Amino acid sequence: MRTKFWKAAIGAAVATTFAGQAMADGHETPKSGGTLNFVVGSKIPSYDGHVETTFGMIHPIAPFYSLLIRVNPNNPAENDFECDVCESFESSEDGLTWTYKIRKGVTFHDGKPLDANDVHATYDKIIFPPEGTASSRKAFYAMVESHRVVDSHTYEMKLKFPSGAYVPSMASPFNFIYSDEDLKEHGTQWHKTNINGSGPFIFVEHQPGAFVSGKKNPNYHLEGKPYLDGFKAISAPKLAARVQAIEGNRAGIEFRGFPPKQRDALAAALGDKLVIQESDWNCVLMATPNHKRKPFDDPRVRKALTLAVDRWGGSKYLSKIAIVKTVGGIVFPNHPLAATKEELVGLAGYGEDLEANRAEARRLLEEAGFDFSKTYSFNNRGVDQPYKVVGTWLLDQWKKVGIKFEQRVSPSPVFYDILRKQYDFDVSIDFNCQSVINPIADVSKFIPSSGNNYTQNEDAEIEALYQKLLRAPTEEEQRKIMRELEQMVLSDKATQFITLWWYKINPHWNYVKGWKIAPSHYLGQQLDQIWLDQ
Amino acid sequence: MWTYVLKRLLLMIPTVLGAAFVIFFLLRALPGDVCELKLGGEGAYYDEEQINICRDNLGLNQPLIAQFGDFVVGLATFDLGTSMWTGRSVLEEMGKRFQLSLQVAIMATLVSIIIAIPLGTLSAVYQNSWIDYLVRTVSIAGIAMPSFWLGILIILALLNISEYFTGSRWSPPLDYKPLWVDPWYNLSMLIWPALATGYRYSAVATRMTRSSLLEVLREDYVRTARAKGMAEKIIINRHALKNAMLPVVTVIGIEFAFLMGGLVVTEQVFNLNGLGRLLVDSVTFNDYSMTQGIVMTIVMVFVFTNFVVDLLYAWLDPRIRYS
Repeated sequence: MRTKFWKAAIGAAVATTFAGQAMADGHETPKSGGTLNFVVGSKIPSYDGHVETTFGMIHPIAPFYSLLIRVNPNNPAENDFECDVCESFESSEDGLTWTYKIRKGVTFHDGKPLDANDVHATYDKIIFPPEGTASSRKAFYAMVESHRVVDSHTYEMKLKFPSGAYVPSMASPFNFIYSDEDLKEHGTQWHKTNINGSGPFIFVEHQPGAFVSGKKNPNYHLEGKPYLDGFKAISAPKLAARVQAIEGNRAGIEFRGFPPKQRDALAAALGDKLVIQESDWNCVLMATPNHKRKPFDDPRVRKALTLAVDRWGGSKYLSKIAIVKTVGGIVFPNHPLAATKEELVGLAGYGEDLEANRAEARRLLEEAGFDFSKTYSFNNRGVDQPYKVVGTWLLDQWKKVGIKFEQRVSPSPVFYDILRKQYDFDVSIDFNCQSVINPIADVSKFIPSSGNNYTQNEDAEIEALYQKLLRAPTEEEQRKIMRELEQMVLSDKATQFITLWWYKINPHWNYVKGWKIAPSHYLGQQLDQIWLDQ
Repeated sequence: MWTYVLKRLLLMIPTVLGAAFVIFFLLRALPGDVCELKLGGEGAYYDEEQINICRDNLGLNQPLIAQFGDFVVGLATFDLGTSMWTGRSVLEEMGKRFQLSLQVAIMATLVSIIIAIPLGTLSAVYQNSWIDYLVRTVSIAGIAMPSFWLGILIILALLNISEYFTGSRWSPPLDYKPLWVDPWYNLSMLIWPALATGYRYSAVATRMTRSSLLEVLREDYVRTARAKGMAEKIIINRHALKNAMLPVVTVIGIEFAFLMGGLVVTEQVFNLNGLGRLLVDSVTFNDYSMTQGIVMTIVMVFVFTNFVVDLLYAWLDPRIRYS
């Protein structure tokens, strides 16, 4: 049951672009059987979804767990939330009380039944973790006041204020449901190295650094699923190895995504045996000026930086070589809360007359007394896709208005240290990657006090506007405030700015059916909907 | 002889302790934080409070001297701790990878020996003939060609040749199965990196065999043997080659130890889950305990290999044994 309130509050439809040769396999009857091999380009940290943040954990481990609610894997492009271990969920008229009816007959892999106590224990660990227990997404639930077990199959949450960010946060693919008994008996660290879920697959083996395998859960609560007998998630950190794995049919699919060049190479090698799904990606690459460093403390200089960037041209050319494509504002493109093209072109650096933008940039720099003889430092991450490609392009864009930067490319730990602790940069690459499209939570990146904003900026006006956005009850109001916020951070104050949104490309063998590309590499990974046409 | 062995054994202790000290403090001098990478490495929300809890749990907020003390005590009791990235025991993480790296190192060393000793001998015996020139060209090519590049060529060749003959593209398996579990699967995965690296290392050993044998062949006792009418085959195989092997054994020993952790790029090309890749991952993730564990294991392998080489020296050269 979904109430009128939350439908309005969340703003459901996200019309994500599907291009290429996306398969329309919705009409085919799924076949049971077979083992899906897929490659994962990252290493598994611990198994604890409540702590970890990487797809390196989600891809191999999510199939072992259930969630309370999830993004519908058959329609992942839209914020279409469905029950997983619940059978219904609804809110009170004021949007302050949310009630979840838990399915009967759901069991953990150790055979014990799952009920509301397990859901309560899980969200207790996520939202109100005991001292000494880390919970990466605790801050997403600032609106939650309390929660309780009403009866063994009814769970309830009370909010401090109604928020459009609530339901998407509850559907986070990281919110694995743990057994209350496991948490009580083994403590909150046990799930880092142990798995006892209620998901479509049962854990079989993990050979560290090599693979994780799972077998079909015969007692899975979604009838007829999963279709696969099992899966094997093979670790292959090097891009070339993942491409070769698909090419040599050692793996049917890779879920994170390939750059355009690798897509084209696979298409040339495999022809019609390959299916390519593409989508906008809920990741954005940004440039963050250091507001404590002169001359970047001056909004005119910052505005000149964004005015110099040719986003529309960049989209055209960079999308041929990098995993970026879409021009957008602070909200995931095409979401109801996102700016339309007409709204975008009104922002600094988004106008289609590039020469006029750059003339204005030069004027602002002159007015601010900018020192053109100096070379400034640009902090970048030592990862090709898309950081180094976009970073190099940005430097060239700024050179066109006479601003010289020296690019300092560092390995990830050093890059983060410079960005987050030393603040030893004039301008830095930064990025914002999220799972469920949750614009109200996602745009917190642009809020100075948010904890992951590294501009060193302090701005009460932006803070107040964000608080207003958090509490806006209707989509119309949210949209209006979002435009004000966007205008403020990207144009008027130019606190930081967006380059291009990422673009996800997933080529896979045509026998892999039922998987639909999502706007995030974290979504749709329980694999219960996938089947093999072999 | 026993005094010689004992001296070599005792020398291992300061070497291992020195390495432990260097790796512990060098790692901490590097910028970066495993908790930051874990909780905010993919651009997600970053919460300083959570980072601090993570650091507390991993013992990273303790004074450095206390952390070093724990590390040394762990080393002395063969407890390398738990990985800061995965939370699993370092020894468990290293187990299968050690097996794989050891097998590749042994196979590559065998390939290297099989190529190097006959070719080096031929090259020396037929010095300045077309055989010598050919062997020298092959060995120089081996030195010049990085093994990862050769690896990429091998994979491309496998994909294309298999398609030509069977109609579908074949690439080596991606996950490791021990030799005794599935020999065919195991060899079809590991033979290619062993060939690529074995060829690379054979080049150095071939040249060493050639120059060492040439030197020995000019010795007085070889001339005496020839003067006595001894067959050339016996002179080379029984007298010259054994004495020419001292520097070759050293080179092969050092290469073997290097192969245990140094095949980083080759492991990535062939997607081998070996110690080299694990080491790079651990450094990338600022996983101190894992990095320390691997480095100390590699140090032990080096120290042990040198010990074995020293023993071989003593066996090959009685002057060392009796001095």
